[in-house]
Amino acid sequence: MKTINQKAWLFVIPVLLLVAFNALIPIMTVVNYSVQETFGNNLFFWQGLDWFEQLLNSERFYSALGRQFLFTGTILAIEIPLGVIIALAMPRKGFWVPVCLVLMALPMLIPWNVVGAMWNIFTLPDIGLLGYFINNVLGIEYNMTQSPVAAWVTIIAMDVWHWTSLVVLLSYAGLVSIPDAFYQAAKIDGASNFAIFRYIQLPKMKRVLTIAILLRFMDSFNIYTEPFVLTGGGPGNSTTLLSIDLVKIALGQFDLGPAAAMSLIYFAITLLVSWLFYTLMTKDDEPKRGDRI
Amino acid sequence: MKKRSLIPIIYILFLMLPIYWLIAMSFKTTGEILSGFSLFPQNWTFENYKVIFTDPTWYRGYINSIIYVTLNTIITVTVALPAAYAFSRYRFLGDKQLFFWLLTNRMAPTAIFALPFFQLYSAVGLFDTHIAVALAHTLFNVPLAVWILEGFMSGVPKELDETAYVDGYSFPKFFGKIFLPTIASGVGVTAFFAFMFSWVELLLAKTLTAVAAKPIAATMTKTASSAGYELGLLAAAGALTIIPGAIVIYFVRNYIARGFALGRV
Amino acid sequence: MAKITLSKLQHSYYADPQEPKDYALKNINLDWDDGGAYALLGPSGCGKSTLLNIISGLLTPTHGQVLFDDKNVTQLTPAERNIAQVFQFPVIYDTMSVFDNLAFPLRNRGVKEKVLKARVHEIAKMLEITNLLKIRGSRLSPDNKQKVSMGRGLVREDVNIVMFDEPLTVIDPHLKWKLRSKLKELHQKVRATMIYVTHDQTEALTFADQVVVMQDGDIVQIGTPVELFERPAHTFVGHFIGSPGMNILPCEINNGAAFFNGKKIQLEGPIKPDIEGTAEIGIRPEFISLSKSGIEAKVRKVADVGRHKIVEAMLGDTRISVIVEGELPAQGSSVYLNFQPNQTRIYHDGWIASEQKR
Repeated sequence: MKTINQKAWLFVIPVLLLVAFNALIPIMTVVNYSVQETFGNNLFFWQGLDWFEQLLNSERFYSALGRQFLFTGTILAIEIPLGVIIALAMPRKGFWVPVCLVLMALPMLIPWNVVGAMWNIFTLPDIGLLGYFINNVLGIEYNMTQSPVAAWVTIIAMDVWHWTSLVVLLSYAGLVSIPDAFYQAAKIDGASNFAIFRYIQLPKMKRVLTIAILLRFMDSFNIYTEPFVLTGGGPGNSTTLLSIDLVKIALGQFDLGPAAAMSLIYFAITLLVSWLFYTLMTKDDEPKRGDRI
Repeated sequence: MKKRSLIPIIYILFLMLPIYWLIAMSFKTTGEILSGFSLFPQNWTFENYKVIFTDPTWYRGYINSIIYVTLNTIITVTVALPAAYAFSRYRFLGDKQLFFWLLTNRMAPTAIFALPFFQLYSAVGLFDTHIAVALAHTLFNVPLAVWILEGFMSGVPKELDETAYVDGYSFPKFFGKIFLPTIASGVGVTAFFAFMFSWVELLLAKTLTAVAAKPIAATMTKTASSAGYELGLLAAAGALTIIPGAIVIYFVRNYIARGFALGRV
Repeated sequence: MAKITLSKLQHSYYADPQEPKDYALKNINLDWDDGGAYALLGPSGCGKSTLLNIISGLLTPTHGQVLFDDKNVTQLTPAERNIAQVFQFPVIYDTMSVFDNLAFPLRNRGVKEKVLKARVHEIAKMLEITNLLKIRGSRLSPDNKQKVSMGRGLVREDVNIVMFDEPLTVIDPHLKWKLRSKLKELHQKVRATMIYVTHDQTEALTFADQVVVMQDGDIVQIGTPVELFERPAHTFVGHFIGSPGMNILPCEINNGAAFFNGKKIQLEGPIKPDIEGTAEIGIRPEFISLSKSGIEAKVRKVADVGRHKIVEAMLGDTRISVIVEGELPAQGSSVYLNFQPNQTRIYHDGWIASEQKR
């Protein structure tokens, strides 16, 4: 049991100050923008909730939101199962384990604009390895600056390349924490491989998978740099995800008000989805010690 | 060799292909790159790397990045440690709400926060300093750090604290001499995450700097537009950004499997 | 249920074992009778868990065979051998209810729901966990978790053997006793062959009809609890079983008689032929009494452990324990020890070297 101790607040104060400075002041600024109109020169006019109203009636917002959900949904649907499958196939011990883990973690440690640039030169139709291969060896026409489908496939492939390893590492960590006795007991109980996965491995991976899904959801919902460098949101608006659209509005057109209102709306969406998901996943978690029977 | 080990092998090959292409390009001249497709560099050149190591606008970018990333890692771990301890050991008024609020900061859209950040840090006179970027990156790193460390600390039985107090340790002495070594792998993993997310972030880093603290990633984008399309040079610069991450991950390689479980599983 | 035969079993965890010390099991030949209650007793690292895992099929032995009813099963998987095993730490399928946990081994073998339901309830009743059947596995306390693990081991009626690998390690002391007697009772009800692995002599002696004592990968003695206690085949067994363990005194063998400090000692019977020179006398503290005359010793320490009192005395350089009823001698005083002849044995190179009178 945790003890009730209000002095614990003292321990939290540094974090509180730091995050308040970084989060509260900017978010106040954003809220402030969202209810005003500006024509530059630091002149602001009260606008009320007009921006929100306008946004919620605008097609542009919904199509960006739709693209964002399509993107996040697709990468989650690919990365989570793929990561779990790879983690299951990994050896449990031996020389190759750290080698695999280090190599797998490598993409996550590359600056995001470099990731974008890298995939750009990787997929260039005439001089990129992948682009050349698809166009000239497979004979399929592939140019993401012209075809929205090619652009989508490429940003999804890039995200899978970039982040599947996070799911692999988290799932793998969950898997190695299962004692051998569980596998032995399952063998003796005559359990099939699927039953072992369903009743032993999956429950043990639940917590880390929750973390993986949450992190991937939050981060992919905010994704900006990589797709911006790779496709610039194009061709047309086909890969203009929420953040790219935001920056276009805020800096491109200097419409700070609508951009701020939009970012607040989607901050709220992220918050709501994360909270719902988190509550759902932890609902029937391990009980506290006292509740054991 | 078992059939199923093909899965990780194919996956790793897939991961390595774009990296290979980046490195291969960095050894080509821009002329060779643009003249057509070649799987290996035909005329090996170190010219691209030579430019980076001799031109201060390039290599200072690396130094700047490393300085603010290191600062950020230190700040993140230092402030997250006591907070995580409080969350793992005590119940206090508003603890759950506070914890969730911390996590929400990871969901904040960086793209739109860039401008307020710029104004904020300009107002306090920190614009274009390393510490500005380091502090700004705590926005998304501190919540994650508290989360990870809390997991590790909850895995340490409370009896450890109590025994230490009975043995006459003061709180700071207990924390430094007994508790920290116990969760060393947790601290390592936290530092790794802080390093990683600070190193790879560009948007805030670019917004908060101009000349003196400009990160390498920003140098790359500026060069791309000003000096024409110098693909070979950009590839070399990109290839070099992989190295610090590779070094850090080499150091934590033995913690990875256990540490990524974020403490309790 | 089946008779189980272990024939010339050797096992090494090294790929290329060279010396005897590379082997976790040196050379095991053993028969387990159908329906018996056995205990495998020995200190940590003696190879008992290795042996268990070879019988269950989790390990394949380096050499030798495992036979179930004279059929070679050495290469079969645990599922094919049709055995049950309960592990040291409770293995529970957290997301399943207790009922589903107990039903799991039956469902995997395609047992009909109706039959299965009856059997699960029967087992739950035996273990007194009927009230928990609907509860999720993750919510159980450690001892209930272990009860469910045991239940999963016992739920199949047709298993060849049920094995317990130190199953009471995680159980609180006051519940240990209860579960232990429960197990004994269960054995009488289900009449399955059971092997119980432990390093705790009380657990082994209360559970088993036959106890197999192991040391360093070898079997030292097989016998009933009484045999092990009264006539240990090896000084190791004498030490390991009993509290305090058997007293071992150095002695000289001369012409078929044993001498301690030049004094002839009465034995249970004749010494095996060809034994001369240095050997050891073994006698349990329970079979020594204090009297007016006999071998003189100095009292070093006395202790009252409740049920009886222990006197620790020095016979020259040799320490000797005596269990006494009634009056305790004073510390430092001289006492005279009498050995009960029919319980006094000779050991040579560790192994018993005297024979009982017929």
